[in-house]
Amino acid sequence: MIRRAAPLLSVFALLLVVWYVAAVWLNLDLARTLADDDATPRQIWLATLAQDRPLLPAPHQIIVEMWTSIFDHPVTSAKSLVLHAAVTAYAAALGLAIALVLGIVLAVGIVHVRTLDRSLMLWIIASQTVPILAIAPMVVVVLGNAGLTGVLPKALIAGYLSFFPIATGMVKGLRSPDPMQRDLMRTYSASGVQVFARLRWPASMAFLFPALKVAATLALVGAIVAELPTGAQAGLGARLLSGSYYGQTLQIWAALFMASLLALLAVALVDLLQLGLVRQRGGRL
Amino acid sequence: MAVDLVMAPAAASARAAASIVVEAADLAIAFESGGQRTTALEGVSLAINRGSFVSLIGPSGCGKTTLLRAIADLEQPTSGRLTVNGMSPERARLERAYGYVFQAPALYPWRSVERNVMLPLEIMGMAAAERRQRAARYLDLVGLGEFRRRFPWQLSGGMQQRVSIARALSFEPALLLMDEPFGALDEITRDGLNLHLHQLWRSTGMTAVFVTHSIPEAVYLSTRIVVMSPRPGKVVEVIDVDLAAERDLDIRESPAFLRVAHRVREALRAGHSYD
Repeated sequence: MIRRAAPLLSVFALLLVVWYVAAVWLNLDLARTLADDDATPRQIWLATLAQDRPLLPAPHQIIVEMWTSIFDHPVTSAKSLVLHAAVTAYAAALGLAIALVLGIVLAVGIVHVRTLDRSLMLWIIASQTVPILAIAPMVVVVLGNAGLTGVLPKALIAGYLSFFPIATGMVKGLRSPDPMQRDLMRTYSASGVQVFARLRWPASMAFLFPALKVAATLALVGAIVAELPTGAQAGLGARLLSGSYYGQTLQIWAALFMASLLALLAVALVDLLQLGLVRQRGGRL
Repeated sequence: MAVDLVMAPAAASARAAASIVVEAADLAIAFESGGQRTTALEGVSLAINRGSFVSLIGPSGCGKTTLLRAIADLEQPTSGRLTVNGMSPERARLERAYGYVFQAPALYPWRSVERNVMLPLEIMGMAAAERRQRAARYLDLVGLGEFRRRFPWQLSGGMQQRVSIARALSFEPALLLMDEPFGALDEITRDGLNLHLHQLWRSTGMTAVFVTHSIPEAVYLSTRIVVMSPRPGKVVEVIDVDLAAERDLDIRESPAFLRVAHRVREALRAGHSYD
């Protein structure tokens, strides 16, 4: 355990050191300007790590900000980071669900229907060349004008971003059985549905789970970006935006950290699901 | 050269016809790829009797696997006639007339050994209790009863191939087609499996078609050996193995055994297998 944690912790320690050095350096001008005339250099140095609106907050400031915005407000309050995280997580989860259904349906179509194989894959790849992150706020506004408000526009953006890894992963997975495994089914004169349920689908699981991890983080990114336009009242994206309006760097960084935590949580959830399947399969996916 | 084998003469009795499981007449199979035509099989005629153990032997490229796959309806004949149980190979496949053992075990890694053996039974719609019973019976038969909860990757190559044989036997087909099932195994494991397979065949009374390029293996297992030659694949000679029905591994050192092996080797040479 210690042996495995050691490299991880040493990188973490190095990052912290770099961060503190950078924070002192970046906030030095600010601290000098705001300091009393008779402030000692030592006081100024310490002040770089205790600004209300630092250029780069120190790690401990972010932790304190997260702590207060998580624990010092009721979950229903607009100041609660938990509320914002939950709003974003809900949109991302809904988007991921859409992506899962869409990605799998597309993959099944591509693998089983020759015309779809020839036509669809190119469109799926082309779909990802649209800079959706750049135009997401616009899309949300347009959808809002069309009567689509609330969680749905956010989920659609999240789904649009995250269906791609699922679709491509599942196409690869459903095609992964080797000729012998497929011939075997033929010798049993198995139906198409049986081949799908007993060969293609179980074989694709080894491809679905890695794709799902990528898709989950993409869904979060999509949901956050979709919260950036003015309409959003809550969500990590709204929190980022209002933070940047008012120069609340601490609030921005707390929201960013919360987003990373959410992503870690999402990946951990996927891992947990995968672990369940691996158990069922005797230790291998 | 189409060797006249046990082709039933025109006046053959219905009884004799009924005892023929696989019959090929002037069979040819060619593959088309990139505008190039490769003749895999040409002018193959042969008949395989019920309850016999027939080996197809020959060097790589002689079409022995292609012939086996054609019997299984995994390849389509270009010309000639091929019947399995008096039906087209396709009808026979749809009626699940045969079990097939591939060169590799082709087990599904996400299924336990037991569930691999139950795979054909599930597809054929057998009740769960019966499935479990069958799996237990045939895993015991190949000596792997205690490994039923393991997963394929936890077994050795030889054990995996035995699982695949149990899987092919589980739905009790009257015809077992095997494509070099022991080709990838070491000689000691192979000896053991040969003995095992011989006893299995003896106890079930099924018809077996076995592709190999090992002469001792072919002689030991078979009642009849079909020697094939490459480019294009055809039958050179059919040799009856007149050894005792019940055989142990020691029989391989007997003069009778060596005589048959010698004949097979001569036939392979005549087919330019050593060029």
